[in-house]
Amino acid sequence: MITFTPRDKVSKNWTIMGPALSIFFTVFFGLLIFALLGYDPLETLYQIFISPFSRIDRISDVFVKACPLIIIGIGLMLCFRANVWNIGAEGQFIMGTLLAGSFALLFPNVENKLLIFIMIFIGFVGGALWAFIPAILKTKLNVNEILVSLMLVYVAMLFIDFIVRGPLRDPMSFGFPLSKPYSDGALINKITFPGIGYLGQLHYGVLFIVLLIPFSWLFVNKTLSGFKINVLGAAPKAARFAGFKQNAITITVLLISGGLAGVAGVIEVSANIGQLQPEVSFGYGFTAIIVAFLGRLNPVGILFAGIIIATVKLGADNAQMSMGIPKVVTGLFEGILLFFLLTGETLQKYKIKWSKVKK
Amino acid sequence: MEKEKGSELLLKATKINKSFGDFSANKDIDIDVAKGEIHALLGENGAGKSTLVKIFYGVLKPDTGSIEINNKEVSISSPNSARKNGIGMVFQHFSLFPALTVAENILIALDEKIKFKDLISEISKLSKEWELFVDPLKRVSELSVGEQQRVEIIRCLMQNPKLLIMDEPTSVLTPQEISNLFKILKRLASSGCSILYISHKLEEIIEIADQVTILKSGKSIATIDAKKTTTKFLAETMVGKEITALKKVNTKTFSKDIALELKNLNKPNETNFGISLKNINLQVNYGEILGIAGIAGNGQVELMEVLSGETITDNENEILLESIPIGSKDITERRQLGIETIPEERTLHATVPNLTISENTFLTYFSKYNKTDNIISNLLNNHQNSLIESERILKDNDVRCPEVNPLANQLSGGNLQKFILGRSLANNPKVAIFSQPTWGVDIGAATSIRQKLLNLSQSEKAVILISQDLEEIFELSDQICVINGGTLSKIMPVDKVTAADVGLLMGGKLDTASELEIIK
Repeated sequence: MITFTPRDKVSKNWTIMGPALSIFFTVFFGLLIFALLGYDPLETLYQIFISPFSRIDRISDVFVKACPLIIIGIGLMLCFRANVWNIGAEGQFIMGTLLAGSFALLFPNVENKLLIFIMIFIGFVGGALWAFIPAILKTKLNVNEILVSLMLVYVAMLFIDFIVRGPLRDPMSFGFPLSKPYSDGALINKITFPGIGYLGQLHYGVLFIVLLIPFSWLFVNKTLSGFKINVLGAAPKAARFAGFKQNAITITVLLISGGLAGVAGVIEVSANIGQLQPEVSFGYGFTAIIVAFLGRLNPVGILFAGIIIATVKLGADNAQMSMGIPKVVTGLFEGILLFFLLTGETLQKYKIKWSKVKK
Repeated sequence: MEKEKGSELLLKATKINKSFGDFSANKDIDIDVAKGEIHALLGENGAGKSTLVKIFYGVLKPDTGSIEINNKEVSISSPNSARKNGIGMVFQHFSLFPALTVAENILIALDEKIKFKDLISEISKLSKEWELFVDPLKRVSELSVGEQQRVEIIRCLMQNPKLLIMDEPTSVLTPQEISNLFKILKRLASSGCSILYISHKLEEIIEIADQVTILKSGKSIATIDAKKTTTKFLAETMVGKEITALKKVNTKTFSKDIALELKNLNKPNETNFGISLKNINLQVNYGEILGIAGIAGNGQVELMEVLSGETITDNENEILLESIPIGSKDITERRQLGIETIPEERTLHATVPNLTISENTFLTYFSKYNKTDNIISNLLNNHQNSLIESERILKDNDVRCPEVNPLANQLSGGNLQKFILGRSLANNPKVAIFSQPTWGVDIGAATSIRQKLLNLSQSEKAVILISQDLEEIFELSDQICVINGGTLSKIMPVDKVTAADVGLLMGGKLDTASELEIIK
């Protein structure tokens, strides 16, 4: 039998050893698998870990990729801290995008950038409304929010599919399920650096993270609402004893996280796609769950976790393109990385004992 | 040893050691139990009593030490081998399946195969022989706690034990059930079965035990003839220092001002678990301690929630403070009105274990700090403001901390309880409501907590004490009532009731309650 006992204090050795061992084992098993499958192991590792940082424009692409993950992850952090299990950020992402996008398509010729700010607000409302369904069902009828939020993802996916194939389809799209392109006012521009021009896909939407991280840090650590969320998650009865309203907190965190997922969607689509299509998210809502936990439900941690996950995703794309490695193999590697990162963290927190099974 | 039966040793344990990590729970413990002897094991919480008997019953393995039974060294590797060696145990928390019948529960625990019919006749025979009356075909969920304990004892007796271990058997029983149990234990002992009896209740031990071994911080510090000692001596040996007696002013005059009143309070239970409160009437005056006795799980938790404001009543007139309806006020508003509650669960309810003491102070004080007109400061987590206040609470209440502003889970049970009490009392409440305030707290802390309750009533505060500990109720209360199945008995002055009356009410003999009312 294996038993886990919490460490009283995380030893200094383990704070260094944990991550070091995680990286060592990830690299070791990565090399092993790539070699066994007949790919040049060192080249593959280079593609996955190093190539995203090999050029400055690629580095900026890491941030572009990490942007929606971090925004959603911050919202989910609030939910998970309060022990509210919102698994449906993907759906909230889609509905926020859809509502804001539909609004943008009402103004086909607007160049004023005020439009994008209004869209971000509408995106927040759209995502929050989608999250309001599990929130109200949980607080009024005690329905499990995991099931409701997850199932609503598929509703949202089919709904946006229906909208872009039907009501909002561009007649000029040659039958493709695409909306009309957004007007200029609805787009987020790439950042132009004097003398250099664009850096990859780096766009102004990334600046939202720069605001969001410190703001959310202040919120969870320095405000009464943040304190309430932490207490509710750590000890619901104590929250009640303190007089915090459990239902109000549950609804609030679901609305904020749904709203942030919606905002992430608006930024992603307005910066990188520029119109509505059936697939606006590429699993960002689900990947962000991993980002939130990998970042230990802490804003700064989520920033780094988002960057790590984005790096590996982009690196895996590079490996697919340059070496023809199938997606399942790079997916396997991502799995190995996550497994060892989480194992390393567990080893930091717990002592592990093996004992013989008693009969 | 003067008694004949004490001459022959049944169990001899030598130099038992057991540690968990750095903490050593048993240090070089020697204990001898003679045949047919009732041997009590006395000690405070955490003294190592449970660890020691778990070693005897094969649940834990000792690090070092030897156990002899009938002068033969044995190794007890599992409860199974303990039973083979003639050792049976009744746990503090019963291990019965509520959905199965008595006979089925006993069948599961038997090591050898037996026909169900034979089993039933065997159970009936044993229960008649030992006056342990239970119906073998009844479901355990329909049995009272006392009856469940009898099932556990029968289960042990089926194995013809030479040694019966009983872990705190009286903590859940009414006085009548206790005296029944004692009769049975004495008969068992005189038939030659030894009993190892764990308790921290001193009077019980003197009543029932032949020998008593006192444990303190994992060490056995004395073995005494229980018939030749006093509770005072036992208590002082157990705690290791002199115990100051409670100072109670007997010539106290109550003010007749009503503090808190419940009028026909009904609170149906919304889930399938828990108890519905039915037609509760209660009144407590300033300067008075009202004790509410009752066996756990009879509505104490629900009553506490309604009193504290964690759940509000449907009709605000069901709860009155100084004749003003407050039933619809929430816990924060009631705190501001001067009602403080100290819940039974110290961690996860009264405090958050992984927050610091200052944050835990802020937990119930935030409305105080954040009550400025400044909207910004209202939104902030001002727990730094409570740092000074929390330090004063720790100092005033003699709470011993391992470091400055520790996490709540770094405090021992007694120290945490002192902090929780101090946090509430620093608000200078008009009405203080306590649930099991000394549960699982060492004697020293318990005495100081009880003294605090008395001081409160002497300074003209109204106090409600919900407790399972009858001794505590009688020692502190001015008025007594009993909660049973979600209903509250009539309130009676303490000098007009006996423990036996209260016991009958606790056991759910409500017709007796009306009889009692007629007598009074």
